[in-house]
Amino acid sequence: MTTVDHGERIPNNVNLAGDKRLQRALEAWQPNYLKWWREMGPSGFQEDDVYLRTAISVETDGWAHFGYVKMPDYRWGIFLSDEDPDRTIGFGDQMGQPVWKEVPGEHRNALRRLIVTQADTEPASVEQQRMLGNTCPSVYDLRNLFQVNVEEGRHLWAMVYLLHSHFGRDGREEAEALLERRSGDPDKPRILGAFNEPCTNWLDFFMFTFFTDRDGKYQLLALAESAFDPLSRSARFMLTEEAHHMFVGETGVQRIVERTAQLMKQHGVERPEDVRKLGAIDLPTVQRTLNLWFTLSIDLFGGEVSSNAASSFATGLKGRAHEDQFEDHVALAGSYRMELFRGGAMAHEDVPMRNAMNEVLRDGYIADCQRGVDKWNKTIASQGIDFTLTLPSRRFHRHIGTWAEAFADPSGTLIGKDQWEAARDHWLPSAGDRAYIQSLMQRPIYDPTQMANWIAPPKQGIKGRALDFQYVRHEA
Amino acid sequence: MAAHQSGNHRPGPRAPVRFETHPDRYRHWRLDVVDTEGGQAARLTMNVPEDGGLNPGYPLKLNSYDLGVDLELADALQRVRFEHPEVKALVVTSGKDRIFCSGANIYMLGTSSHAFKVNFCKFTNETRLYLEDMSEHTGVASLCAVNGTASGGGYELAIACDEIVLADDGSSAVSFPETPLLAVLPGTGGLTRLVDKRKVRRDLADVFSTVAEGVRGKRAVEWGLVDEAPPRAKFDEAVRRRLAALAARSKRKPHAPVTLTPLKATRSAGGVEYRYVSLVLDDKKRTATLTVRAPDGDEPTTPAELAKAGADAWALCAFRELDDALLELRFNQPQIGVVALRTSGDAARVLAVDAMLSKHKDDGLVAEVALFIKRVLKRLDLTAKSLFALADKDSCFAGTLLELALAADRVYMLDDDEVALQVSPMNAGRYPMGNGLSRLQSRFLREPARVSRVLETQGAIGTQQANELELVTFAPDDIDWDDEVRIAFEERASMSPDALTGMEASLRFAGPETLETKIFARLSAWQNWIFQRPNAVGEKGALTLYGKPERPEFDFHRT
Repeated sequence: MTTVDHGERIPNNVNLAGDKRLQRALEAWQPNYLKWWREMGPSGFQEDDVYLRTAISVETDGWAHFGYVKMPDYRWGIFLSDEDPDRTIGFGDQMGQPVWKEVPGEHRNALRRLIVTQADTEPASVEQQRMLGNTCPSVYDLRNLFQVNVEEGRHLWAMVYLLHSHFGRDGREEAEALLERRSGDPDKPRILGAFNEPCTNWLDFFMFTFFTDRDGKYQLLALAESAFDPLSRSARFMLTEEAHHMFVGETGVQRIVERTAQLMKQHGVERPEDVRKLGAIDLPTVQRTLNLWFTLSIDLFGGEVSSNAASSFATGLKGRAHEDQFEDHVALAGSYRMELFRGGAMAHEDVPMRNAMNEVLRDGYIADCQRGVDKWNKTIASQGIDFTLTLPSRRFHRHIGTWAEAFADPSGTLIGKDQWEAARDHWLPSAGDRAYIQSLMQRPIYDPTQMANWIAPPKQGIKGRALDFQYVRHEA
Repeated sequence: MAAHQSGNHRPGPRAPVRFETHPDRYRHWRLDVVDTEGGQAARLTMNVPEDGGLNPGYPLKLNSYDLGVDLELADALQRVRFEHPEVKALVVTSGKDRIFCSGANIYMLGTSSHAFKVNFCKFTNETRLYLEDMSEHTGVASLCAVNGTASGGGYELAIACDEIVLADDGSSAVSFPETPLLAVLPGTGGLTRLVDKRKVRRDLADVFSTVAEGVRGKRAVEWGLVDEAPPRAKFDEAVRRRLAALAARSKRKPHAPVTLTPLKATRSAGGVEYRYVSLVLDDKKRTATLTVRAPDGDEPTTPAELAKAGADAWALCAFRELDDALLELRFNQPQIGVVALRTSGDAARVLAVDAMLSKHKDDGLVAEVALFIKRVLKRLDLTAKSLFALADKDSCFAGTLLELALAADRVYMLDDDEVALQVSPMNAGRYPMGNGLSRLQSRFLREPARVSRVLETQGAIGTQQANELELVTFAPDDIDWDDEVRIAFEERASMSPDALTGMEASLRFAGPETLETKIFARLSAWQNWIFQRPNAVGEKGALTLYGKPERPEFDFHRT
């Protein structure tokens, strides 16, 4: 591709046609993006027609335009939420002053780091999920996977737009580097830990979209508060799309536990090995997988006590999720009482509020996760099965922050290293668990009328279409 | 060091400092040209009236000085170089009885902001270095006739001269009482010159610098603090003899006198507009733009034409204006943190001036003009502002003006066919920095061969080539330019000015140390640190309590 057909090829509301700098940057970047997509995007489905939602404008009727499209032809667009000309900074030291339309030189490096870190997660998840299409439980789920993938791709575009438009040469170099890192590659890994973890089966995928994409939601909520208006507007629009990803995760797990509970009830079995004989995913395995992805995801919020977080809040770069629901937007006076790992034991400390911002964001996230888990439990209970899924303690299985040094069981009780190692496979997916799940997902289902045995069908199709609609036209 | 004064007046808001003066308006000095057996000499006589301070609140007792006094001294030295080519030597003396000079006025220092103190010391240091520069490069050696006590900055003025004669009258002494009395340092190069220039033995220098009353007569000679200490009756004779000898051995080249006419400047809140220089201030952004324009007509091509053009010649006029603008930035615009260095106009005209300066470098006046440009460029090097050179379409960073870019902390050059830099022979060492190296040499210490690679270039150096030659820091194209430059300035202006000053001063002067770099880096940095410490300026500090009944109280912990 030598020229970018602005508007039609790249739907946008950022005046791409009139922005020479952006055009030039994208002309260099877009071919590399497409090359990356073909190499690292969904493997084996690039030539198929997929019934996808495309955002072609930010209007109510424009952001969800449905139709068949081959993924490499997907129109990755650039959208910012509508501008509020009177918007002022909502928190931190410069609260009440007009928001920034341009990057203040003072904050250039910190902002670039925030944007690059967020942007890096988008292609990473596409890479993590690239093989999943080959084991899909239904055409409906296959389409949802691809919808998530192309939108993660669009989120990468959204962040690259910010880098190209506001960060000059450095921004262009960072945009290139986003296409060069690879999830799980020890030589050039993605920036954040959870995005280098393998996501090789559909239970992982649903847990990932429920837990890890929800981290994305909270980061975007915090960035939506940013004093840097283009970042805020971009994050706000991305949130509308991110909601679908969490829907995929929440209903995916819900359909799995529904199917498992159904079979348990139907056959009157309880023991996991008996459940497995029925070809379903036993609930303790669901719990262990939940434990893994929940803990990987809460690591993404960073350390409990963070001077970076304090600085980002003070300078107005990153606020709290739903900042308007807090009373004190300056947050200089208050403190936050939290549990910390000190000298091998648990201690309570009052941390200055600004330094505790990561924990504040994590709190909101955990409460949001709990709401989904409650729904899953309701589904299990509705089948008359006595089993409750729970979120593990935030002290369990951590790699970032104060608890990274500690060994705690899922209830949060501190135990010895040996004891922890011995019980590991009770708490986190074992090789056996993974092998079992893998065994369920040997053959993909490309027949629209079929659904894998281990998952219940969804309640309804997409955009009013029937459940057996051919969401992906794939020649098996 | 000045005498006692009661009360502790705080001056009101200071009026902006003006740096130009003229012998007709001097209040503190007198400049005479006198005959000696060795030829004509300049006599500079210091006689400071007590009520002659630049600002109210401190009487200038005992020939103590403030910036106003030193501005006259600097002016006088400049005029000796340009207006008095007949002068072969110079003598500095006092018009007061039994007191030569008691240094910088303590009450002035006590009522000044830290920034002013630092810039005051820097300026006085530059002026003393000009005395030495005049001796070394123009051939006008200096003699200090210490006809009374020279303490602190008074002795520092003496020690900047080539020779010192001290009256041996049982009371006149040379002294550095700063450390024992005021808990600070002699801040005008005195300690450095004691051991580096006069090569006083370090232990004797240690004793001298801690004895408040100083050293007199014969012992001062024995220790090497002065060259001769005749009794009062033979003092004038000794001065006359030495001055004649200095004049007789002068190798000063003759040239026509050039009158340093007043600068034409329009000053406003937004900056200063000169004939060839403009200074535009953006207080809100803490940024200034300093533009030097190329000549806009034909400039002298021979020494005779240069003498005829005099102070109107671009080479002299533009750099006198730049000098004034730099002092304006230092003293009157402390809020400015980042300075964009720009040039505009026809590079060919700048190079034509350079061709004249280069071809006739042995001519007295031509050499004097180049020496002046050298000093102004050094003043730029020593200015505690972030300097970013911006080379874009209208710029003419060529030859002498290329030195502005080379003096900058960073060079931004627009990637465009119409933008170019260019070298001239003037870049090959005619304008050494304080470290004794040219700016190109200082830039390429890792790969000295790069210096000649740059100097061998012919004609305009485009952006790509300038990049390859490592002359530029960043070369954004027209799409990126505005944003890159804006962000760079905003980012710079947001950082701590203290840390930036220290960082820039550390990076600008790579390479060898000289007396000059030691004074501006080591001595000044120590002094500026001490100026902030409670032992000097705290409630019970020695500088604070000087002249008051209480004794200072020190925190005796060493750092």
